[in-house]
Amino acid sequence: MKFLEEAKHLLKQNIRDYGMYVALAVIMLIFTITTGGLFISSRNISNLINQTGYIAVLAVGMTLIIVIRHIDLSVGYLAGFLGAIAAILLTKAGAPVYLTILIVLALGTIIGLFNGYLVAYVGIPAFVATLAGMLAFRGALLLVTEETGTIIVPNKSFNAIGNGFIPDIAHVPGIHLLTLIIGALAIGFYIYSEFNTRKNKIKYNFEVISSTMFILKLIFVSAIIAYITWILSGYNGLSWTVVIVIIVVAIYHVITTKTPLGRYIYAVGGNPEAAKLSGIDVSKITLIVFGSMGLLSALSGILYTARLQSATTTAGTLFELDAIAAAYVGGVSAAGGVGKVTGSIVGALVMASLINGMNLMGVGISYQYIIRGAVLAAAVIFDVKTRNKSR
Amino acid sequence: MSEYILEMKNITKIFPGVKALDGVDFKVKKGEIHCLVGENGSGKSTLMKILSGVYPFGEYSGEIIFEGKLQKFKSINDSERVGIVTIYQELALIPELTIYENIFLGHEIKKGRFIDWNETIVRAKEMLKKVKLDINPTLKVKDLGVGMQQLVEIAKALSKNVKLLILDEPTAALNEDDSENLLKLIRDLKQHGVTCILISHKLKEVISVADSITVLRDGKMISTLEVGKDEISENIIIKHMVGREIEDIYPKRKKKEFGEKVFEVKNLSAYDPNLGREILKDVEFNVRKGEIVGIAGLMGAGRTELALSIFGNPKGYKLKGEIYVNGQMKKFTKPKDAIRAGIAYVSEDRKGNGLILIDDIRNNISITNLKELTNNGFINENEEIKVANEYKESLRIKAPSVEQKVGNLSGGNQQKVSLAKWLFVKPHVLILDEPTRGIDVGAKYEIYTLMNQLVEKGMSIIMISSELPEVLGMSDRVYVMSGGRMVGELPIEEATQEKIMELATN
Repeated sequence: MKFLEEAKHLLKQNIRDYGMYVALAVIMLIFTITTGGLFISSRNISNLINQTGYIAVLAVGMTLIIVIRHIDLSVGYLAGFLGAIAAILLTKAGAPVYLTILIVLALGTIIGLFNGYLVAYVGIPAFVATLAGMLAFRGALLLVTEETGTIIVPNKSFNAIGNGFIPDIAHVPGIHLLTLIIGALAIGFYIYSEFNTRKNKIKYNFEVISSTMFILKLIFVSAIIAYITWILSGYNGLSWTVVIVIIVVAIYHVITTKTPLGRYIYAVGGNPEAAKLSGIDVSKITLIVFGSMGLLSALSGILYTARLQSATTTAGTLFELDAIAAAYVGGVSAAGGVGKVTGSIVGALVMASLINGMNLMGVGISYQYIIRGAVLAAAVIFDVKTRNKSR
Repeated sequence: MSEYILEMKNITKIFPGVKALDGVDFKVKKGEIHCLVGENGSGKSTLMKILSGVYPFGEYSGEIIFEGKLQKFKSINDSERVGIVTIYQELALIPELTIYENIFLGHEIKKGRFIDWNETIVRAKEMLKKVKLDINPTLKVKDLGVGMQQLVEIAKALSKNVKLLILDEPTAALNEDDSENLLKLIRDLKQHGVTCILISHKLKEVISVADSITVLRDGKMISTLEVGKDEISENIIIKHMVGREIEDIYPKRKKKEFGEKVFEVKNLSAYDPNLGREILKDVEFNVRKGEIVGIAGLMGAGRTELALSIFGNPKGYKLKGEIYVNGQMKKFTKPKDAIRAGIAYVSEDRKGNGLILIDDIRNNISITNLKELTNNGFINENEEIKVANEYKESLRIKAPSVEQKVGNLSGGNQQKVSLAKWLFVKPHVLILDEPTRGIDVGAKYEIYTLMNQLVEKGMSIIMISSELPEVLGMSDRVYVMSGGRMVGELPIEEATQEKIMELATN
């Protein structure tokens, strides 16, 4: 009985955090049933995750932008424009892949910082400043692709970023061995760090969850990691896109939860006046967050160009709205100060699963939009309704 | 019909935890200028908000009788319909609209379904003439000075066929000429049969225009003085205003030893570009090691502005003057600079700019000094929780855990979190702005005790307070501010409520 009570208590306290994971699981389950298992097949899941990559990195940056009570509408066409720049560097300029990536990332960061400068120091509302950026980058994208139209990128190693998979160490038919090994390592690392955290908490005499609950949690999370790696290893293994997204999420997760910079970002979002009086440089934080958004827009552009193996004249269209939707579905609050990057990734996966699943079911595009809209609204309603109940 | 246009009988209004008004009787004669005076928090504004329907019928007990009829106002519209119009301290004009649009905002003159702008302008001109304002009604309000805006407000009131005009501190933001002008207009309106209730802190002004004066104190009606019947002087009014005994709610300090001047301000002037006027003028004061210095004054005297100017100037005032910390001249361009120099500021507005209400106790406390909890760039969360727990215990913050959201705490506990957050930077000089506003007596006592402990350990405290008993009970020295100036410095032995009020109302 005691165990059940604890489970109930934990669930109640963290319903907001668990809500979207549950939503994702339910959506996946429904599609698995309605498509007769096609949805959960290795090939489809692998595809689904790769398609989500360029939106997922945008959603990570957008999360922080919304947390500090701003918005960035320019990211879609900025990603499209920078993707085209990457293509031009690779083809016309003949630059090597690593240099291309560096230049594009640097360019994105500079543009992001410029947006941040307009918002934080000139005092232009973010909506207007980035709307202007959206128009300008759309024009810039057309400008650089005007002569040639679509720019085909023949570079194999660049395209691998969007389509390729990590190499395998040994050939075992039907199974990607390295992926499985990485999965096993991830589980090992997860268990080690959980034990470490628990040990430290006990050292400080803090309350910890009961050991039964702790073991159950370890088994549950490990099982999920194992299952996902198993599915992926059944096709081509981990893709480079997934590796990149995981690295980005890991870095942002650590920054937002473990460093002073992360705390400052949430403080600025929670109450900018109080943050300012607490000695935090609100303008600088705003600048940094917009700079990171620019960097991630560039990354998104690279992923997209690599995935299509070309830069098109309409690349990046509506990416910004997909990223914003992913962030809201992932539990970011429009009032500021609340929202996790991991949540936004789940949000992005929910939206991508909806599209993918409905495509497999053959649902018409008109209904797809309506259903996506309904899910977005439902997610925000859930968020508003549970906000005051959680601690 | 009775000689009274307004009778408020036995009005009681309770806010959660505070009795703001306690059985107040308030009567106003037809055609008189009736002044309402009292300290901050004595209930004047609450009483007027009940009269104008801001606090609707049902949220208070008692009766309002206006022109012989029992009234149950549910909104401002209800009270304006019978002719009661309030002009608040914060002007309710819309700067981007023209004068005539503002005057008839909410009761537009219509021809059929559409607004008749020509008639509006003609009528606006008539109203302006009544308030002796000879300007073009097509000007935008933002282009007028504060004094003229005040007159436009009155013109707006007149356009609503006002019978009882309530003015809340109308001269607080005006210079002397404009104030004189306004008072003349009020006397003039009286001749035209408009009854007027005037709330003011400036007692000279009150005595010069009033026919009757009602004094409120701690939510109770103390007295109504009538010109020609009762003896009236500033002294008498002040005595009625502050009349209570200082109760023994201020803990005694074990030792009083003062060291060197640790903080000093010289010739500090500040100009607020947003308001477009000077908010501090040649302010000088100092505080010694181990001393509590009280800064008294009425609302709008410039005390919070002074604190912010010292504390890194987050509002971007234009500053002139010198700040010395331990004898060294310092220049702070942002709050962080002040924090580094050992100064902390506990805001008067803990909900607005003191705390992050959606965040938990731990994050609110640690935010000022995360560096101390950071190893190799990462926050040691366990250490952080430990520190938060230590403050929770030592300040007796009542909450189930430090993971509790600050927004869910009571006012007293929020104030303690606010204090903890600033004690965590280990300051030498602690500025407390209204440290006990809106908290109960028990929590007040705990905060006073804490203040005593801090100065005994050698900290210096600058306490800004509108509660005179608190100023007298806690301070070692008292400064008084008025109109952005330091108008007096009193050793605690010489300070009395009357003396402070005299300086503050001058």
